[in-house]
Amino acid sequence: MRAETIRAWLDERMAINSLAEAARHKEIPLHRQTVWYYFGGVTLFLFTVQVVTGILLLLYYRPSAENAFESVQFIMTEVKFGWLIRSVHSWSANLMIATLFIHMFSVYFLRAYRPPREMTWLSGVLLLFIAIGFGFSGYLLPWNKLAFFATKVGTEIAGVVPLVGRPVLRFLRGGDDVTGGTLTRFFGFHVAVLPAMATALITIHVLLVQLHGMSVPARYDEKSVKRMKFFPNFFLRDLIGWILAIGVLAALAALFPWELGEKADPFAPAPAGIKPEWYFIFMFQTLKFIPAKILIFDGEVIGILAFGLCGLLLFLVPFLDKSPVHPKRRLIFNLCGVLALLYIAVMTIVGYLT
Amino acid sequence: MNQQENESYKRQPSLISKAGLLLPRAVKRCCSLALISMAGLEGRLSAPVSQMNDSIHHQRGLSCNDCHGGDPTLEDERASMDPRKGYIARPQPAQVPAFCGKCHSDAYLMKKFNPALRVDQEQEYFTSMHGRLLQSGDQRVATCISCHGSHNIRSVSDALSSVYATNVAETCAKCHANADYMRGYQIPTDQYANYKTSVHARALYERQDVSAPTCNDCHGNHGATPPGVASVANVCGQCHARQSELFQSSPHKAVFDERQIGECIGCHSNHGIKQPGDQMLGVGSGAVCINCHKQGDTGYAVAAAMRSKIDDLSASIDRSNGILNRAERAGMEVSRPKFDMREAIDELTHARVLIHTSSTAEVEKVTGPGLDIAKKGYQAGVAALVERSYRRKGLAVSLFFILFLAALIYLKVREIESREAGGGLSSNEAA
Repeated sequence: MRAETIRAWLDERMAINSLAEAARHKEIPLHRQTVWYYFGGVTLFLFTVQVVTGILLLLYYRPSAENAFESVQFIMTEVKFGWLIRSVHSWSANLMIATLFIHMFSVYFLRAYRPPREMTWLSGVLLLFIAIGFGFSGYLLPWNKLAFFATKVGTEIAGVVPLVGRPVLRFLRGGDDVTGGTLTRFFGFHVAVLPAMATALITIHVLLVQLHGMSVPARYDEKSVKRMKFFPNFFLRDLIGWILAIGVLAALAALFPWELGEKADPFAPAPAGIKPEWYFIFMFQTLKFIPAKILIFDGEVIGILAFGLCGLLLFLVPFLDKSPVHPKRRLIFNLCGVLALLYIAVMTIVGYLT
Repeated sequence: MNQQENESYKRQPSLISKAGLLLPRAVKRCCSLALISMAGLEGRLSAPVSQMNDSIHHQRGLSCNDCHGGDPTLEDERASMDPRKGYIARPQPAQVPAFCGKCHSDAYLMKKFNPALRVDQEQEYFTSMHGRLLQSGDQRVATCISCHGSHNIRSVSDALSSVYATNVAETCAKCHANADYMRGYQIPTDQYANYKTSVHARALYERQDVSAPTCNDCHGNHGATPPGVASVANVCGQCHARQSELFQSSPHKAVFDERQIGECIGCHSNHGIKQPGDQMLGVGSGAVCINCHKQGDTGYAVAAAMRSKIDDLSASIDRSNGILNRAERAGMEVSRPKFDMREAIDELTHARVLIHTSSTAEVEKVTGPGLDIAKKGYQAGVAALVERSYRRKGLAVSLFFILFLAALIYLKVREIESREAGGGLSSNEAA
């Protein structure tokens, strides 16, 4: 009786009954590609893990060139389960980027961006860029040698862009060089700017998914396709995935705790074999392969502009692929997707082998 | 100066006189024109000029008459190269120090070119063995041009100079490694061969560390003389100051002096100094202590005790580093204890220096704290490995519960779905 009263009270103010009703009626299409629907949820779950572990790290982390390395060292050695939280944060970040890529490519190949889901795609691509921004800014925060030089190289690449490059470089670094000032602003991006943007975009993205429901691939008849209840059937399956993700994270953290390396020394020479995080390797390797001059143009500038163009094309996919069911267009888009995947895979492998 | 150079030196009058035919007209306008004219000559006649082009003297604007004298303003060649006008075609070895010293000993003149340059080379040269022998009438000893060259003199900081740090040993070896030339002086000729095997040569040639010593750093350059027994420690102490200082206050000092043993070289040798190692200390094979000390004497016991202290610390550091590396490979964060281990290594290095006191107590003063640090490092390594095993056990327990929970949910899903299928609740929007 008391529960009913509370429910009625809440319903009057928050319309929870209609929300529960909507959840009861929400359904997931069942077909051979249903498995890809799980990756969006896993990515969201890993993002939640990032938020929770990130907040816990904030209790001890000190964002300055003098203290950052020592504070992470303290977290790894002195704080009870600090090693676990930091390792889970780092591993989860990488797994999140991986599931995000899988989610994006599955949406691309299944053409789930078809009308009316263009805005869902756009918000998703923006979230991908934000996730990469999280990775780039977070990499520097332990203030170790590799991260320091990788950031130096990474920001230098940004600085090569014509016209805006130099101001962007100075904005990112907080001056001409990577210093303690860079660390402080990367910290600001990582814990304030990017989370605010990510939260807003995730809200839009998830609301749009609720609004339009799951996209059914074009080859299936949307009306006759079998469906599964979201709650509890799909939700419980999602839950199994999340629990298993916790298991994977725990195993990775316990067996392969995230390395700390040596403290950054701005006056030391750059160590051999500086490499960025794995998801940047394909771009890094491409820039290494590009000749210094292409005709009269600077090779590096051409490379960076080409990647910028690829990013823009990716963003605009729903508007480029206007009649997604047309077989010829389908073939072209599938081919582009496969080639992009192959290129990323090959360049990443080459990057690690050289 | 070696035989070959001596002979080429004797040949020079003909060279100078042939070249000299063109000199007066050329020098009338400018000596540099003479250089140009001579450069057009063939073979060895053009050598002085082409060599001169690369020399520091030419770079500073000097020309032939600045060294050879004479009057370049006169038309007539005989008048311009008149010995009464100071013209010297070819200085004899005994004349060379004064020939160069004409400018290089003149502080007022040298200031115009390089205020930091020394002007006591000539004076110092006559304190050297070379200078003293020259004064006694020996014309075969080295003079300025034997080491620096004549027309092709380069700055000492020029890597192509015969007296640049990495070329000095070869320059000295031209005479000192030539057994035929050195016959009669009754000194060994294996110094260069020995030096090339030394730790100093390795630093100089392999690491290109030009601060590493070569011949002149120990023997002096213009004042080159073998250091006497009493000055050896001073020579080595220029760089190895602490070791030298400790040795001076050790009981060895008086004994070495009494027995005329050249301090440092008594244990380390001279030209062929090898990388010192712990094996040199103690009473085992390879130890230099047993060259003098025999079983039963105090020195023998002290040598064995000092070696034992050093070995204990060294082994303890190796053990600690070993376990810390193992923990690091297992992914444990041990950078702080690994950093602390550097202090233990510093103590070991310090102990290796302190053996020059020949006092076990002095050595123990640093090996003791070193052992404490190494012990802490070892404990940190053990703790890291215990922590790793704790984490793995914790992971096993966690995974059990995680998988159990996942299985429970899976069973729940199956149960729900079979119930729905039984009750015909499987949803199909089309249906």
